[in-house]
Amino acid sequence: MFTGVYNFIYFLISLTVSHSQITRLYSRFTSLDKGENGTLCREDFQRIPELAINPLGDRIINTFFPEGEDQVNFRGFMRTLAHFRPIDDHEKNKDPNVSEPLNSRNNKLLFAFRLYDLDKDDKISRDELLQVLRMMVGVNISDDQLGSIADRTIQEADQDGDSCISFTEFIKVNFYTSP
Amino acid sequence: MHSPVLLQIVVLVTSTSFALWTADFPGSDASVISQILEPVGIAVESSQSSAPPLHRQYGVDTGNIASAAARAPVNDITDPIVSSRSPPGDQHRETEPVSFEIVKWNWEHAQRPFLIAVWIMVASLAKILFHLSSKVTTVVPESCLLILLGLGLGGIVLAATNRTEYQLHPKMFFLFLLPPIVLDSGYFMPSRLFFDNIGAILMYAVVGTLWNSSATGLALWGIKQAGLMDKKVDAGLMDFLLFGSLISAVDPVAVLAVFEKVHVNETLFIIVFGESLLNDAVTVVLYKVFNTFVEMGSDKVRAVDYVKGVASFFVVSLGGTVVGLVFAFILALTTRFTKRVRIIEPLFVFLLVYLSYLTAEIASLSSILAMTFCGLCCKKYVEANISQKSRTTVKYTMKTMASIAETIIFMFLGISAVDTSMWTWDSALVLFTLVFVFVFRAVGVILQTWVLNHFRLCPLDWIDQVMMSYGGLRGAVAFALVILLDKSKVKAKDYFVATTITVVFFTVMFQGLTIKPLVKWLKVKRSNQQKPTLNEELHERAFDHILAAVEDIAGHHGYHHWRDKWEHFDKKYLSQLLMRKSAYRIKDEIWDVCQKLNIRDAMSFVDQGGHVLSSAKLSLPSLPSRTSFSETSFTNLLRENGSGVCLDLQVIDTVRSIKDKEDTVMHHVLAGNLYKPRKRYQANYSRHFISADEQEWQDREVIQRNMRCRLESFRSTKHSVYQSKGKSRHKKSQKKHRSSDVNGEVPNGKPKRNISWQDTVPVVMTMESEEEEEENSGAEKEDDEGITFVARAADEVLLEGKPSSTLGVCQSPFLLPPSPTCAEKELPWKGDQGDLPACVSSETTKIVPIDLQQAWNQSISSLESLSSPPVSETQQLQRRTVPPTRLEERGAPGALARPPLDPFFQFPERALAAGRSSEEDSAECIQQQELRPLMSPDKQPRPGSSTGSAGARWPVQFNRAAQISLLKNVVTASPYKGSGQTDL
Repeated sequence: MFTGVYNFIYFLISLTVSHSQITRLYSRFTSLDKGENGTLCREDFQRIPELAINPLGDRIINTFFPEGEDQVNFRGFMRTLAHFRPIDDHEKNKDPNVSEPLNSRNNKLLFAFRLYDLDKDDKISRDELLQVLRMMVGVNISDDQLGSIADRTIQEADQDGDSCISFTEFIKVNFYTSP
Repeated sequence: MHSPVLLQIVVLVTSTSFALWTADFPGSDASVISQILEPVGIAVESSQSSAPPLHRQYGVDTGNIASAAARAPVNDITDPIVSSRSPPGDQHRETEPVSFEIVKWNWEHAQRPFLIAVWIMVASLAKILFHLSSKVTTVVPESCLLILLGLGLGGIVLAATNRTEYQLHPKMFFLFLLPPIVLDSGYFMPSRLFFDNIGAILMYAVVGTLWNSSATGLALWGIKQAGLMDKKVDAGLMDFLLFGSLISAVDPVAVLAVFEKVHVNETLFIIVFGESLLNDAVTVVLYKVFNTFVEMGSDKVRAVDYVKGVASFFVVSLGGTVVGLVFAFILALTTRFTKRVRIIEPLFVFLLVYLSYLTAEIASLSSILAMTFCGLCCKKYVEANISQKSRTTVKYTMKTMASIAETIIFMFLGISAVDTSMWTWDSALVLFTLVFVFVFRAVGVILQTWVLNHFRLCPLDWIDQVMMSYGGLRGAVAFALVILLDKSKVKAKDYFVATTITVVFFTVMFQGLTIKPLVKWLKVKRSNQQKPTLNEELHERAFDHILAAVEDIAGHHGYHHWRDKWEHFDKKYLSQLLMRKSAYRIKDEIWDVCQKLNIRDAMSFVDQGGHVLSSAKLSLPSLPSRTSFSETSFTNLLRENGSGVCLDLQVIDTVRSIKDKEDTVMHHVLAGNLYKPRKRYQANYSRHFISADEQEWQDREVIQRNMRCRLESFRSTKHSVYQSKGKSRHKKSQKKHRSSDVNGEVPNGKPKRNISWQDTVPVVMTMESEEEEEENSGAEKEDDEGITFVARAADEVLLEGKPSSTLGVCQSPFLLPPSPTCAEKELPWKGDQGDLPACVSSETTKIVPIDLQQAWNQSISSLESLSSPPVSETQQLQRRTVPPTRLEERGAPGALARPPLDPFFQFPERALAAGRSSEEDSAECIQQQELRPLMSPDKQPRPGSSTGSAGARWPVQFNRAAQISLLKNVVTASPYKGSGQTDL
């Protein structure tokens, strides 16, 4: 039943992803798909045990679902996962002006940025940062401490003085990190 | 605290075993052992020629003729020595006491233990000396320093007595010095990481070692054939292969000693380290096979012998593993029944693991494998079974012994090298061996990595490969093996000894010295770097989490499935068999937590209503987090006042340091409290430092929080549905939740705070101190059991009326009948918001719809096992939780033991007055209410506490007196429990 979809996806992505990877991911997709309807819903993701202990698990699950949708098909699944492919050497040498691949550095950062940016105003406000912080931090930090950490983080990254972190600032800050 | 005493015991045991041993075998064996610590003289020569039939698997057990031939001359040589140096007992008999001596010089009597102790002392003192200057130890690895020290000491001894007196003897090494190190590394091996990389480790260990030894041996033989080597090196192909087999094995001791200080990333470390442990089997077999071949003479070797050699590889490796597993099983089973003999629990661990080593040794199987797997596999069950103190003892004793053993090994390596009588230097051999060892290691690593990277999702990049080939350190195992060679058979033994010593020294000293700069220069991923900015630290952590999650979603673990299966099996059968019925421990730890909570509640009482009881009467622990809070509030203050201006007088001089200080504080706070991403926190292996095992409570915490988040969103959408479902449902769910709370899971409602973090959160929450976290972490192993049990309690215990003596948890339904009114009041949609404003805000999250509660349970239990089908589980749970009314009915008679004071009800009055500050109080109170039943034992009502007087039911306790009595109750509770606990 899925072979049609599968072939289509395969041709779509085969230029960038190897056959075996797709096969593996497809089998993973079907194994996650408990409802067996060709799409994944949130509960399917939430069933992954490691994700349950991931502080950012729910946020990440959300990234798989486009706005206002509850299901994701294999194509969308692959599209999100494509962000995380390692950057190959030959891709690096490509002219950056050509349409950027999904796994480019900026796109990876953008993916991460959107995890923070809940209201999609392309800025990480203090509240948004604090929310993520609160998820990632153990319980024995008080909110005041967290608040000061958030303040400090923003202060550190903020360059235009709007007390928010924009995406460009985000890129600059993470210049050395390697997502 | 335990360690020095235990160390002494260990020393004593070793020394007595020596004494016994030598007493038992006054013949040839005695001299062998005594060589290490005794002035030997002729015995050194005898050791070279003899190598008596050693029991080590490397020993020559196949060549009966050879060993028989070897034995004869040994006895001839050693007999006169023994007789000249007759045992102390004989001497005493000979010298008849003429008269009573006041003081007798009994040097002989305690000579050996004394010398052993002195040597250990010297080694330990040397360690202190090295670490006096931190500069030296950061540059030079300790192993290098120890070897140098050994060289120095050996030189002194040599100069003083003009002969070599001490050396690292193989028997000593394999029987006494190596086991502690292997035990330590096996027991504290990050098992998850180990099994994550088991494929790569096995590949490097088996294929890599085979390749290394054969390539090195063949190449050296080629050099020999080419005539580049001294003619006096009398060795054929088999000799070189034998030499190759012993020189090619990466040494666990050396690897550990060097890599531990370098802090490379965990994957790299575990691969190199795992390889060094597991290649023992290959080394053993190769060594044995070639040794036999050499002794048989290479022309007599037939095809059958090769087949036998291959077969023996499987026997040795698998046999060693099986022996380890069997002993792990026995050990786990034994510790299950040590409840009444807590004090010797640690001894069982050491004894049985050591026995596994010795058994494998006796059967000439791979003893290192046996011990590694024994330690690796028993840990989970042993840790669950033995008491906290025993755990600490095991930890410290292991670390101490391993550390000492390592120190001695390196020191004696240095000392042995001075012994020139066993050396014969050949530059060509040494040089080519060094080159081949290095080159073939690199080639092997590159080839294998190329193959491996086809299967690994995170491929090993070239930097990793460089580190892997550079980290192939040789060490004492090779040295001990080469000493074990039989000189009468292996003609070139002296050359080999010299070469081995050189290679070992070169790898340990040169590579050990240079590996750190190399790591820096290559920018190898380190395990813990100092992150430059807060942003990077924060975002990198976020990235790690994201990546971990995506990897989980993509499910790239091929063996994931099997691991889950195994875990399911483990949970269902193995753990049940090997772990003691942990109810006792649950109770125990909840007790502890409870006590701490009580004290803290009392403290908060004193804080808010200090006039009721003067705080002088309470001996309360200090509040560590308080201070930290004030610290950050201070930094807050600084920031608010602008970065340039500083109010604090002390800091005005160095304005720049304010920022620095602030940064450090924050880094500290973040580093200590950020969740570590999955896969990262498993690898905390360190010989010398014991890191807290925090991953479990962290997992638990995160999952709770995530589930709460989901529940929140779920509830907000399906709120109306549940509202229409009637009271009983709410009550039931709440009760379920509460009883699960009693299990020590959510001690003070902090997670609530986490969700609604925007709410103003009380400061007192930060009083949650470190110890309590640890307590919680300890209790967590039983948590999911507790939770799932609650569901069971409804049908099994309550329906069948079975007394639940084994599990203390299940008493909670009896003890804790939440009165309907209470439940109603706590429900946010039931009305009473006006009366309980603050309470509602904190309590809403506690009301969990029943289905979601199941989902929660399910997902928590799915941490352990995936394989249980979730759908059926839910159905089961639904069936189980059907009789809510019965539960209520049962609960009512149980109310006798229930503490009459519910702080929750005192709350409204004060809430109006105190406002925000009492909000947290209410949380605490609720908590205490939940935990109360555990405090008051149901068997005997406490006479001293005021609970008895207020035999009334829940309702009206709105007065100050109740508050006082509660406080009294809280205060008096702790000593009582303390006494109760000793009974346990």
